Amino acid sequence: MIEISEKLSRQWSRIGSRATFGQAILMAAESFPDLMVLSGDLGKSSGLDRFKNSYPDKFVNIGIAEQNMIGVAAGLAKEGYVVFATSFAPFITMRAAEQIRMNLGYMKLNVKAVSIGSGVSMTFLGNSHFGIEDAAVMRSIPNITVVSPADCAEIVKTVFAAAAHDGPMYIRLTGEVGNPIVYREDYDFQIGKAITLLKGDDLTIVANGTMVHEALETAKILKERGIDATVLNMHTLKPLDTDALDKAIANSNMIVSLEEHSIIGGLGSAIAEYTSKFSNSPPLLSLGLPDSFLDSGEYRYLLDKYGLVAEKIAEKIIELNNQIKEMK
Amino acid sequence: MDTVKIDKMALRMRKNILDVSLSCKRSVHMGGGLSLVEILATLYGAVLKYDLHNPYWDERDRFILSKGHGVLGYFSALHQVGFIDKDTFFSFQTNGSDLIAHPVMNLPLGIESSNGSLGHGLSLGIGIAMASRKKKTGNKTYVLLGDGECNEGSVWEAIMAAAHYKLSDLVAIVDFNRFQSDGESKTVIDSGKFLEKWQSFGWEAEEVDGHDVKQLYEALTTKKTQDLPKVIIAHTVKGKGVSFMESNNDWHHNRLTQASYNNAMDELEAL
Repeated sequence: MIEISEKLSRQWSRIGSRATFGQAILMAAESFPDLMVLSGDLGKSSGLDRFKNSYPDKFVNIGIAEQNMIGVAAGLAKEGYVVFATSFAPFITMRAAEQIRMNLGYMKLNVKAVSIGSGVSMTFLGNSHFGIEDAAVMRSIPNITVVSPADCAEIVKTVFAAAAHDGPMYIRLTGEVGNPIVYREDYDFQIGKAITLLKGDDLTIVANGTMVHEALETAKILKERGIDATVLNMHTLKPLDTDALDKAIANSNMIVSLEEHSIIGGLGSAIAEYTSKFSNSPPLLSLGLPDSFLDSGEYRYLLDKYGLVAEKIAEKIIELNNQIKEMK
Repeated sequence: MDTVKIDKMALRMRKNILDVSLSCKRSVHMGGGLSLVEILATLYGAVLKYDLHNPYWDERDRFILSKGHGVLGYFSALHQVGFIDKDTFFSFQTNGSDLIAHPVMNLPLGIESSNGSLGHGLSLGIGIAMASRKKKTGNKTYVLLGDGECNEGSVWEAIMAAAHYKLSDLVAIVDFNRFQSDGESKTVIDSGKFLEKWQSFGWEAEEVDGHDVKQLYEALTTKKTQDLPKVIIAHTVKGKGVSFMESNNDWHHNRLTQASYNNAMDELEAL
């Protein structure tokens, strides 16, 4: 396992999520001899060129046929290979949803389905390529672990953890070139275990993917307004770290979920499914992409337009915080 | 190959199918279970390499029932060769049983994969065949599809990929019984020049009488080409063996009454 450092984090941030994934899988192949990578004619776009050249016998381009790709990945996994199958979010999670359900879910075959460029990171390619509903679809299938890494360093951590994890997974990559950095030094990453990045007594922001950085920025703004926020990196959407949520319920006046995904079916929904059964659970402010198809544009433009930037997130939190105060 | 032995196994399988269909007291996929009996009798009785005492044996041949609703024939074959004991076999379609209307992966019972949704098995078989080639285990992978199943686009994705990757140890068999759920296949979706389609996708293709175990055996054990996957189009009769079920799509999914059972069994006993 590679040690995270300031230098590496900067380097990975510069090349962005996809290229970092390509580097991570290349490094992981050294440690995991049975690792294989499948692509649906998106090897280049997925940063896999170096992997393909370094390990031609471990790379299979299955063509533009995602359903077959998942089936083939499952067959290889059934015979002992650790298979990463990659495509864009809607193609792998929705075009091949039923193949994932039968092979990864039902038969628990050891395939890691990876979506490159989920959320709105496909910018001008538009809704056909956006990952708006992918986490919701994957989360609803039994047996599948769902992870959405916070930054490029965590992509590397996730790839190594996924290769070592015996079971099917969905890995959802958000972000682009020049990704904001969350992790500058090595840290303990465990699938299913949320990470507390900041401790504050007033409220808890639970985020994943690129929104983790935005949550930290939001916390800075809130701090200036006298509100202390805890920030949790809930990189694993399933299984949800309910111990971490128990603490949030006990210690917060409000829980905020923050995700680059539809407000339907993702992190906010997962948190609500758990917290709603407790009478002492504080209000949940669920922030994410709206339940609609979206505009196209530059990444930051889209995040801003849909309110997923620190200033706008802070405004919404303060508004609800004031309401809660008035009610008290 | 001892054709008499395989024909006898096929007859016992048909009787098993009737017995278990009666005992479960529920609707079953009868027609498509009966059409593939000789195919599975030939595979399990004479072709497949397996070890009853070591179901996880790495060098075993893999068999995938992609037309998952063909379980009556599949479970009967596994019962005949000893993977599935009598009590387990007769638990078919009872509450909580391992044996339901579609295969559920269970290697100790000889069931290689979970199926039921059509159009998945050939892709899985490609992955397995690729793995066998990489590991040099020397085994073959057999995938049984239905002709109706080949309506699924994913089947054709897989057909294309298997030829591209020259998976010469992959064998597809199509139980071409000419019917699907809603009726005669050519009236639902005509599959056209079916054999030629596989050939044009790069497969070695051969047609056989799917109830002739000698023809099946020869097709399953010989190849004209070195580096192509092979498909055997097995022409079969849906409901084969019971006159009132043959090519009668009312028996696609139906419940066997005691009277129908008696009539059917009389026909098999007379053979």
